[in-house]
Amino acid sequence: MIRLMRILAIVPVLWLPAGCGKTPWNDPYPEAERGQNILYSVFSERPKHLDPAQSYASNEVTFIGQIYEPPLQYNYLKRPYTLEPLTARELPQPRFYDKQGKQLPQDAAPAQVAMSEYEISIRPGILYQPHPAFARDAQGRLRYHDLNAAELDKINTLSDFKFTGTRELTADDYVYEIKRLAHPRLNSPIFGLMADYIIGLKEYGTLLSKQDKLLRQNNAAAYLDLNRYPLAGAEVVDRYTYRVKLKGKYPQFVYWLAMPFFAPVPWEADRFYAQPGMQAKNLLLDWYPVGTGPYLLSRNDPNKQMVLVKNPNFRGERYPAEGEADDRAQGLLADAGKTMPFVDKAVYSLEKEDIPYWNKFLQGYYDASGISSDTFDQAVKVGAQGEAALTPDLQQKDIRLVTTVATTISYMGFNMQDPVVGGLSERARKLRRAISIAVDYEEFISIFRNGRGIAAQGPIPPGIFGYVEGAAGLNHYVYDWVNHHAQRKPINEAKRLLAEAGYPNGRDAQSGKPLLLHFDTAATGPDAKSRLEWLSKQLQKIDIQLVIRATDYNRFQDKMLKGDAQLFEWGWNADYPDPENFLFLLYGPNKKAGLNGENAANYDNPEFNRLFEQMKNMDNGPARQQVIDAMLAVARRDAPWVWGYVPQSYALYHSWYFNAKPNLMANNGLKYLRVDSKLREQKRTQWNQPRLWPLLLIGLVLLLALAPAWWVWRKKLYAPARGAES
Amino acid sequence: MKLVFLQTDILIYCLLLVIGLYIWRARGKAHLAAPWRKVARRPAAMASAMVLLAFVIVGLLDSVHFREPLSNQKPGVTEYSLEIVSLLDKLLTPLRKHNEKTYSAPLATRLFAMETIEQPDGRIARAYPRLQYGGAELGATPKGYARDIGRLTLKGTLLALLLWLALTTALSTWLTQHRNLGWRALWRGEAELPWRAILFTLGVLLWLVCVTWAIAPHYHLLGTDKVGQDVLYQALKSIRTGLVIGTLTTLVMLPFALWLGVMAGYFKGWVDDVIQYIYTTLNSIPGVLLIAAAVLMMQVYMDIHKDAYNSITERADVRLLLLCLILGVTSWTGLCRLLRGETLKLTEMEYVQAAQAFGVSHWKIMSRHILPNVMHIVLITVTLDFSALVLAEAVLAYVGVGVDPTMNSWGNMINSARLELAREPLVWWPLAAAFVFMFALVLAANLFADAVRDAFDPRAE
Amino acid sequence: MIAYLLRRMLYAIPILLGVNVFIFILFFAVNSPDNMARIQLGMKHVTPDAVAKWKHEHGYDRPLFFNGPAPGAGKFTETVFFHKAVPMFAFQFGAADDGRDIGQDIKTRMWPSLVLAVPVFLIGLLVNITFALILAFFRATYIDFGGVVLCVAMMSISGMFYIIGGQFLVSKLLHLVPISGYQGGWDAFKFLVLPVAIGVIGGVGSGTRWYRTIFLEEIGKDYVRTARAKGLAERVVLFRHVLRNALIPILTGAVVVIPTLFMGSLIAESFFGIPGLGSYTIDAIRSQDFAIVHAMVFLGSALYILGLLLTDVAYTLVDPRIRLA
Repeated sequence: MIRLMRILAIVPVLWLPAGCGKTPWNDPYPEAERGQNILYSVFSERPKHLDPAQSYASNEVTFIGQIYEPPLQYNYLKRPYTLEPLTARELPQPRFYDKQGKQLPQDAAPAQVAMSEYEISIRPGILYQPHPAFARDAQGRLRYHDLNAAELDKINTLSDFKFTGTRELTADDYVYEIKRLAHPRLNSPIFGLMADYIIGLKEYGTLLSKQDKLLRQNNAAAYLDLNRYPLAGAEVVDRYTYRVKLKGKYPQFVYWLAMPFFAPVPWEADRFYAQPGMQAKNLLLDWYPVGTGPYLLSRNDPNKQMVLVKNPNFRGERYPAEGEADDRAQGLLADAGKTMPFVDKAVYSLEKEDIPYWNKFLQGYYDASGISSDTFDQAVKVGAQGEAALTPDLQQKDIRLVTTVATTISYMGFNMQDPVVGGLSERARKLRRAISIAVDYEEFISIFRNGRGIAAQGPIPPGIFGYVEGAAGLNHYVYDWVNHHAQRKPINEAKRLLAEAGYPNGRDAQSGKPLLLHFDTAATGPDAKSRLEWLSKQLQKIDIQLVIRATDYNRFQDKMLKGDAQLFEWGWNADYPDPENFLFLLYGPNKKAGLNGENAANYDNPEFNRLFEQMKNMDNGPARQQVIDAMLAVARRDAPWVWGYVPQSYALYHSWYFNAKPNLMANNGLKYLRVDSKLREQKRTQWNQPRLWPLLLIGLVLLLALAPAWWVWRKKLYAPARGAES
Repeated sequence: MKLVFLQTDILIYCLLLVIGLYIWRARGKAHLAAPWRKVARRPAAMASAMVLLAFVIVGLLDSVHFREPLSNQKPGVTEYSLEIVSLLDKLLTPLRKHNEKTYSAPLATRLFAMETIEQPDGRIARAYPRLQYGGAELGATPKGYARDIGRLTLKGTLLALLLWLALTTALSTWLTQHRNLGWRALWRGEAELPWRAILFTLGVLLWLVCVTWAIAPHYHLLGTDKVGQDVLYQALKSIRTGLVIGTLTTLVMLPFALWLGVMAGYFKGWVDDVIQYIYTTLNSIPGVLLIAAAVLMMQVYMDIHKDAYNSITERADVRLLLLCLILGVTSWTGLCRLLRGETLKLTEMEYVQAAQAFGVSHWKIMSRHILPNVMHIVLITVTLDFSALVLAEAVLAYVGVGVDPTMNSWGNMINSARLELAREPLVWWPLAAAFVFMFALVLAANLFADAVRDAFDPRAE
Repeated sequence: MIAYLLRRMLYAIPILLGVNVFIFILFFAVNSPDNMARIQLGMKHVTPDAVAKWKHEHGYDRPLFFNGPAPGAGKFTETVFFHKAVPMFAFQFGAADDGRDIGQDIKTRMWPSLVLAVPVFLIGLLVNITFALILAFFRATYIDFGGVVLCVAMMSISGMFYIIGGQFLVSKLLHLVPISGYQGGWDAFKFLVLPVAIGVIGGVGSGTRWYRTIFLEEIGKDYVRTARAKGLAERVVLFRHVLRNALIPILTGAVVVIPTLFMGSLIAESFFGIPGLGSYTIDAIRSQDFAIVHAMVFLGSALYILGLLLTDVAYTLVDPRIRLA
């Protein structure tokens, strides 16, 4: 009976909201947000750093890209990716100098160039977001820079400060941030790299460490004032101009100028957050960014939600008026010339798992979504010609599909220092090529990525200079060009190569022992098992036995650093759209083992290295293409990687979501986006009508199940009473 | 063929030996056999025992491992494949080898998802590709599907019926001759043992086995998973994992719990204090954290000794064993505390005090007088813990500290099935298979453990 | 009584110290500070310099337990163990390896955990006792038998199935509640209905069965037989005598759990995206954030010990014959 009562008690509670209107019950957002100009998105991992000098992960850049403004940005619509000024007046042109400090012409040979100088001038009148660090009192003194414990006691979040202020952006702030890359208490991931290029940065780091140690002898929280120490390689010319000086020639430097590492940081913010007691309240620059961008971070709860709202001081930027040929038809130019940003607020919710994310997207609670391999069949059907289209189910919801090829490569590497699979001998090459043919990445893409990817022919993915399409770009060691498409060589070819390498039928020709290879991976989780099994099956095709050594991420990293692995999977996500950023993954002096570089396969071919050094400093053009082709030929012959695949990403957008165009380089895309919140509200209501009858049905069944209990109860109830009477 | 003894295999054999010894000892002694008689009289317990027996048989078949010689031998030396297979694998060869490309529903003849197929004339079409093995006899365009399934089911059913009748007849003849029981008495349930329940369970099990045996080589009875492996095969292989975790865990923790618990209760004083301190400390650490840390640690161990394990099976096996060890360490505290309490009570007994007065050594008192008298607690705890451990495996797999991801286990199956539930149309069969197998095992274990507890617990009734 | 409590609290110190040492050994046997640094610094461009800097910044550049070269007491105090473990006793958890203050995080994440765990605990207790009482009332009938079988069946289903199934049915198919997520205040209701219901249903099997045996034990006692012999109705016997007496062991048994409710539920929180301490712990395990794992272990142990203490107190309160000395 009680069971029944419980169910009956729940039912009216569930009816209640339905009675109040037809709003859906499963809306995960507060009532007050309904119908507002808000964009809903997700983050899947709690961001670790929001300090532009420290942050490198893509999930962090999602936020700080909207807040901090480096001097340059990527054009939102144009492809191939092109840089354009953001706060700078124009794209900086480097000036070259020789050892004697004499200026060289632009076409000087790279060997002659001892120093290059970038002069950047920024636009005046750009203001920072309102922030207590800028707040000044009537006398013009900074209000919150000398807080005592009692004052700080009342503060728990940033919004507890009553006054805020702002200030104009100056060239100083850019130079200050470059200095921060060397800050001993920050861990800038690019400090090591930049110290090799920016003049004096390495020494600056040493100097700061020394000064810091002195300072902190007495007081661990003492403030290290970078303004007191000048940096040789970064100087302020005037209020709006600064110069960066680099050793030698480094044409890729302009790409770095579009990353948050080179965004401005006001010294007031550093000083403000450095006050004692701030850290214990999580009040840090690492958590509360201060920028000039279109948005500011109004809520920072990485356990749940991050909220960006419009920066009231933002100068306003115009939506671009030109794009690719197709963009007008796609409606991407409808807002051309209008003032950005469009969305008042962006709410990012923590969504660690794919399934809830996907389901909420389908219910209309997220504006955009990717497609995981498990939801693919539900979302996309591939047409007769292999083109992707949405399923009727999703078409009915007016969802749009946009596909892009990522500037990412995912590969399987051979450790070139391994005695069996490594080395540049002909035997080892043949073994590696045999494996390259056997591991059928087309099948991998079809099973695990539902065809969303392209089997790679070399280390350079499409969309990056140096990539060649079609027969000319084919890896002839693994593929044949048949009927206008690449076809993997037959498995017998792999077996033949294996025999030539000294392992006929997968057995060592001399000892007769079966060939046994080790595959190291940090993969765990549901999908890993099937993927690893698939890989074993691939090698079984040529009678090689694969031992999977699965371990945790730490151990795996450790092994890679020691060069202990044999076969492994690895990937690389482009920092910037230049072939140098991919080819350096095979550059000998950039080895992982021992040298801590990014060359995970520890590939070291002198010929390749020489060509790389030549290619690095060249400008894009036929000459560079020629060098790259030569490099690819060397690498394909040596086969240090099974080239793997380039993932293709499919994005789904709801009908109320406008101006979205995937841009893998730009990280400040939020300002371009627009939503139609009225349409969204209507669709959400339509899609989320609660269904109650199954619950009632379950209740009814339980009720029926209780009938015999009722009967026994009555019997029992009267039994002792009657017994007493008689 | 070359036999391979995995570490868990050896422990399983040890466990069998221990159980064998126990039975041998219990046969002669009335006080040991009596509670078991009591268990045997309960129909539910005997039916569960039959189910458990079926699981155990599968698990044992899966615990005899060997390596097969490679097919292309050089004369003189025989080289063996690195792949370690078990008797069960051998029995299930068709299931093991019949891999499709990807998902297919139970008893399907086509893949679950559409694919782009290049037709002979060069045109590209979108269709459900035909399975390579599922209903292969039916040809490229499956005809007579329903009849084929019906025929196979009938074949299995008839076989089951024949076997069951044969067994029943044999049993009743034997009972008539030795126990003087007619089959009529058997049927009416007048015998001491609940033969009706036993025979009924046997019948159901036989039917399931025979029908599976008839259908499985021709169809994927429970469908295939993402990489086209037969789900039935995976579920059957998972049985061993479940059993090993349920039994070996208790086996490895038993010596600790027994000696520490008894010592604490017997010696009292500082020994008691130290032992209590140890188990309170261990007990106060949240279990999952402890297991997570320990699992990570054992990965280091395995990386240092990486050359010792040449195959996936061996690596996975060591990880399984270590997981059992860790689970054992985290779960021995409960038993230890119970034993301590019971021993405290026993030391107050006259016969123990008398033995002490006569100067019998501590060791002898503990092993002769105390241990036998706390064994019922051990037995009850062990049977009760079994099902909890099988269930715990699934949770650990979710946290990412369970058995090796390459190993077949229900936890791993459930974990990957989470993603499948989000697909549309729904891929339900791997989850359903894991559910049914796990449920059957745990339910049977729970019912059996209940009977054991009722029979052995002196407080009950 | 007060002296006893004080002694027990002092006794907690060596236990907590033991926990600390144990978890330290376990963690650093698998992880070197270098590994930790590398994880925190991300994938790209990690130089040994950066690793050294990170270790210094986070205090992992000292020896773990024993600092040989340091003078005097510094041999023990200038170690990672001393600097990380001792402040715990003052519940100063310090900063996580990613820089956030753990104390703040615990303070904010504690509430969602409690809001989920307390209703599961209370409603679960109520439902289990009710069902157990019903089964005890119908003892030795088919309803009792059927109920027990149902309980065993429900116990035999892995908790994962309840969560997966419930989420699929109620959120995805029926659109009754949000799939996952959390909001503070009254909005929390719609997010918590399902996890609480699943938590209760998942525990009904074992709970009911356990309480049923307690009731049956009580029913078998002499005073109940006397009461029944006096001709009291079964209902009266059950409610006035059996329930009241059986509640004592049930409630005192439940007290030990109360403090650990703070720790939240590992699995349910993860599945339903509730930002409580349970999912905090799981995330920390997965990202190997030692500082958080360490803090949570310490907190868990402390709360467990508190639970034991409360149990003792509860016993003296309900049964005056027990005196704590």
